[in-house]
Amino acid sequence: MENWSLISLCVLLGLTARWAVSFHSYSGAGKPPMFGDYEAQRHWQEVTYNLPVHEWYFNTTNNDLNYWGLDYPPLTAYHSLVCAYIAKLLNPEWVELYASRGYESHSHKLFMRATVLFTDILIYIPAVLLYCFYFCDGSSKQKVATAFCILLYPGLILIDYGHFQYNSVSLGLALWGILGLGLGWDLFGSLAFTLALNYKQMELYHSLPFFCYLLGKCIKQGLTGRGFFHLVKISMTVLVTFALCWMPFLSDPKQPLQVLHRLFPVGRGLFEDKVANTWCSLNVLIKIKTLLSRETQLFLSFALTLLFVLPSSLKLLSKPTLWQFKLALVNTSLAFFLFSFQVHEKSILLVALLVFFVFRSMLPLLLKDGLLLPYVVTSLAFLFLSLYLLSALERSTEEELRLGLYRKLTQRWLPKLNLSRIIKWKVMLSLCILQFWFSLAAMAALSFTSVWLKPPAKLPDLFPVLVSVLSFLHFLGFIIYFNQVQLMEPQRKKSQKKTN
Amino acid sequence: TVMAAPVTNDQSWFFALALGVSFLKCLLINAYHSTDFEVHRNWLALTHSLPAAQWYYEATSEWTLDYPPLFAWFEYGLSHIARFFDKEMLVVQNLNYASPATILFQRLSVIVADVVFFYAVKECCKCLREDKGKDLLGKPSFILTVLLLWNFGLLIVDHIHFQYNGFLFGVLLLSIARHFQNRHFEGALLFSILLNLKHIYLYIAPAYGIYLLRCFCFTQSNADGSLQWRSFSVVRLVTLGTIVLSTFSVSFGPFIGQLPQVLSRLFPFKRGLCHAYWAPNIWALYNIADKNHLIVCSYYERVKFKLLDINKLPKASMTGGLVQEFQHSVLPSVSPLATLICTVLSILPALFRIWHRPNGARGFLRCLVICALGSFMFGWHVHEKAILMAILPLSLLAVESREDARIFLILSITGHYSLFPLLFTTQELPIKIFLMLLFTIFSLTSLKTLFRKGGALLNPLEATYLLGLIPLELICEFVYPLTVWQKTFPFLPLMLTSVYCALGVTYAFIRLYISLLTCSDSTKKIKTQ
Repeated sequence: MENWSLISLCVLLGLTARWAVSFHSYSGAGKPPMFGDYEAQRHWQEVTYNLPVHEWYFNTTNNDLNYWGLDYPPLTAYHSLVCAYIAKLLNPEWVELYASRGYESHSHKLFMRATVLFTDILIYIPAVLLYCFYFCDGSSKQKVATAFCILLYPGLILIDYGHFQYNSVSLGLALWGILGLGLGWDLFGSLAFTLALNYKQMELYHSLPFFCYLLGKCIKQGLTGRGFFHLVKISMTVLVTFALCWMPFLSDPKQPLQVLHRLFPVGRGLFEDKVANTWCSLNVLIKIKTLLSRETQLFLSFALTLLFVLPSSLKLLSKPTLWQFKLALVNTSLAFFLFSFQVHEKSILLVALLVFFVFRSMLPLLLKDGLLLPYVVTSLAFLFLSLYLLSALERSTEEELRLGLYRKLTQRWLPKLNLSRIIKWKVMLSLCILQFWFSLAAMAALSFTSVWLKPPAKLPDLFPVLVSVLSFLHFLGFIIYFNQVQLMEPQRKKSQKKTN
Repeated sequence: TVMAAPVTNDQSWFFALALGVSFLKCLLINAYHSTDFEVHRNWLALTHSLPAAQWYYEATSEWTLDYPPLFAWFEYGLSHIARFFDKEMLVVQNLNYASPATILFQRLSVIVADVVFFYAVKECCKCLREDKGKDLLGKPSFILTVLLLWNFGLLIVDHIHFQYNGFLFGVLLLSIARHFQNRHFEGALLFSILLNLKHIYLYIAPAYGIYLLRCFCFTQSNADGSLQWRSFSVVRLVTLGTIVLSTFSVSFGPFIGQLPQVLSRLFPFKRGLCHAYWAPNIWALYNIADKNHLIVCSYYERVKFKLLDINKLPKASMTGGLVQEFQHSVLPSVSPLATLICTVLSILPALFRIWHRPNGARGFLRCLVICALGSFMFGWHVHEKAILMAILPLSLLAVESREDARIFLILSITGHYSLFPLLFTTQELPIKIFLMLLFTIFSLTSLKTLFRKGGALLNPLEATYLLGLIPLELICEFVYPLTVWQKTFPFLPLMLTSVYCALGVTYAFIRLYISLLTCSDSTKKIKTQ
């Protein structure tokens, strides 16, 4: 069969899975008074449609910031505004000020789901396809298989189409940014990434590698000559994009400050729900929240994040290749997830797009939404299909099979290890595989227990905490591993060839 | 050794396809379901809570038991598992009961029962004449598996609309496979079981009857393929008869005293010629011709008498929404007997053909498809879903010959498209389009690759006709609802769909007939070579 038909089959399957998941419940369905993320998005449409721009981020008589106040960057607000106009056309009740709070109906759900699907088709899916076709090694069938796995990645589908969010927009834009950088269109890449940043502040996790890569590239070209010129062009692009996005808020200096205050709510504490990051896991042993003052917490998390980000950033700065860039993306986002302030478990999506094995740390969240069924189905399907596809495509010797499997499970773009390395790594790898199956079993067991068993009365949060801690240990392992890969590995032939 | 690699033998793709489609089915658990869901829930309840003697008399719900006894026993078996999900669904009085546990159980029962279908498909793959191909995606058995397991019609009819067709077609395909493997007794047994599960398969019984009589009871043929009268084996006939009779007596035995009541439930002739939504068959074309005549006549009347009162003409109440009889206004009305005669006439040539030149199991399969399609074309009160009875067995032929692939493409695309009105909810609109595109793109490209030699599969006219479905869909589901006519003529898109699809189905039927009457010689040539 031709490639185009295989690709369209993959995309159609991805779309089918997405839409089928959207039949299920969303966050906060029928749970007044606050409802959930779904209501937040609807509320933003209501606010942006009915209020003038300068009231969006302020607590006014018409805008109660305690009820899902807007806390995403301007681009999200504009997106909500566009959706609101369409909603107004379809049914004015959906965006009526005050009266529409907590509005829920079947047709409204359909509308909201359709907006997600639309942005997905427009931004995320093309980016994934292009990414797989330009930056993945292997035959065209392997590329299709990779695209298939990424398109069916359950974490994103479940959060966007089950829980309800627009992650595919920010992730898609960031992916377009990576694509731009990879293709050598630095200006386009920085434009796309700036847009991503202006859609969701969480993309800051990825910003450091972008910055270091571009700066390193300019330095390499010579800061006195061509490189300087390049740097100016890039920074102009970024600044102009930022200015355009923030234009309505620039009239009054109070405005941007308030927006920033909304975007980075320092007052909310080190962590909230059960998140698989360091702070939450440490909390099992030491009650950090009560022990340390807020300033100390802030400082501590900042210092630790910096400490973990620094090595990979410096390495990237000195060696701005695409391969290093990708590794740095993983490392910094993991570091941010593990150590930074006020992390939400959904932010692991940023990392998980890269390291997709880890999605089960979202289990408690999904259970809360009543999304158990699609969770089980998609993860099983995903696990099965990726295992199947990967081994089917790469079986030749068992050795290679294992390597391939491990490689895919950890990082799709790790180039093939050459033979001498295989021997060196063999022991370690088989350990890893053992560990992989062990952790898989542990995860399955935990998923099972958190659904079917009632936690002991004394410790109502036992299972969520266990899930968090277990996931945290995995993430910690990952960050150490990837840092090691990035820092120790000499430049590989394949990646060299690619960047040239 | 720690890792059980999922890919160890060459058949693993089959499990991947089966598991993949099962996962998809699981995702559809929360989708829209039709009244058939309540029908089956009611049957669960009444088989569970009443003695068998009352099953066919029970009428609390309007959805009375109208499947043969074996299916009732199947529901009875299911109801014992249903107890563990939600006992309330087993109460006959709980009409329209659909708790989450009930939905989960009923959907899962369909998904699990499909295991029979999986097995049958696997057996069918073994019967393919040649199954070579370096590339997995170009292997006939792989293509056949996808065409059957991922069949668009089965997915939406069973797992969205709600029915147990997958399981029933599993029995049918298994029976066909057994005939291909020359295990005729098993094949006959399976088919008589199938008849006792759902009597709609009676339509294809003539093909079975003639084939078994001709190719199995007569043990030999002359060199030119004609009948050798002396080779008749009484033993085989008696054995076959015993198998069929014993199946029927096991099934109907407990109900022997109330046979008239059971039969009146199984064959309700009170329903109209066409279902609420016309199946794309001859009668759809007949109705539309009648409607056209009506318009033309009323125009003449008006010119003649300067009368604008159309009310005086007999009005054809067409697709009012409910199942009902309606009188044709210009053309003669059609009686059940007339449809029966038409059906018999349409399949007789095919039956004669396999009697004279049987052409093995493949000839039988072709005849079976013609029987299914003939009864679909001319039958009384045909459901659009019945097209699957032709499409699924035809898939087997489609991967073996070019001409059949062409017929299959036309029939499956038009037939599947005609299923679209089954799912009329906005929520399911994207999924039916995605799934339809998925299946269509796969069947088009894979069959094209399979028969790469010899140019395009479809001629320009056929391709144009099929492409015409795209604007049709756009008009019917996106443009028309926005127009003012939606209120006055809400049935027009449905009518348009069924008439447009009826053309394709009729064309496929004619082509299939031609292939039956001409192809046997060519296959014989291949055999002798």
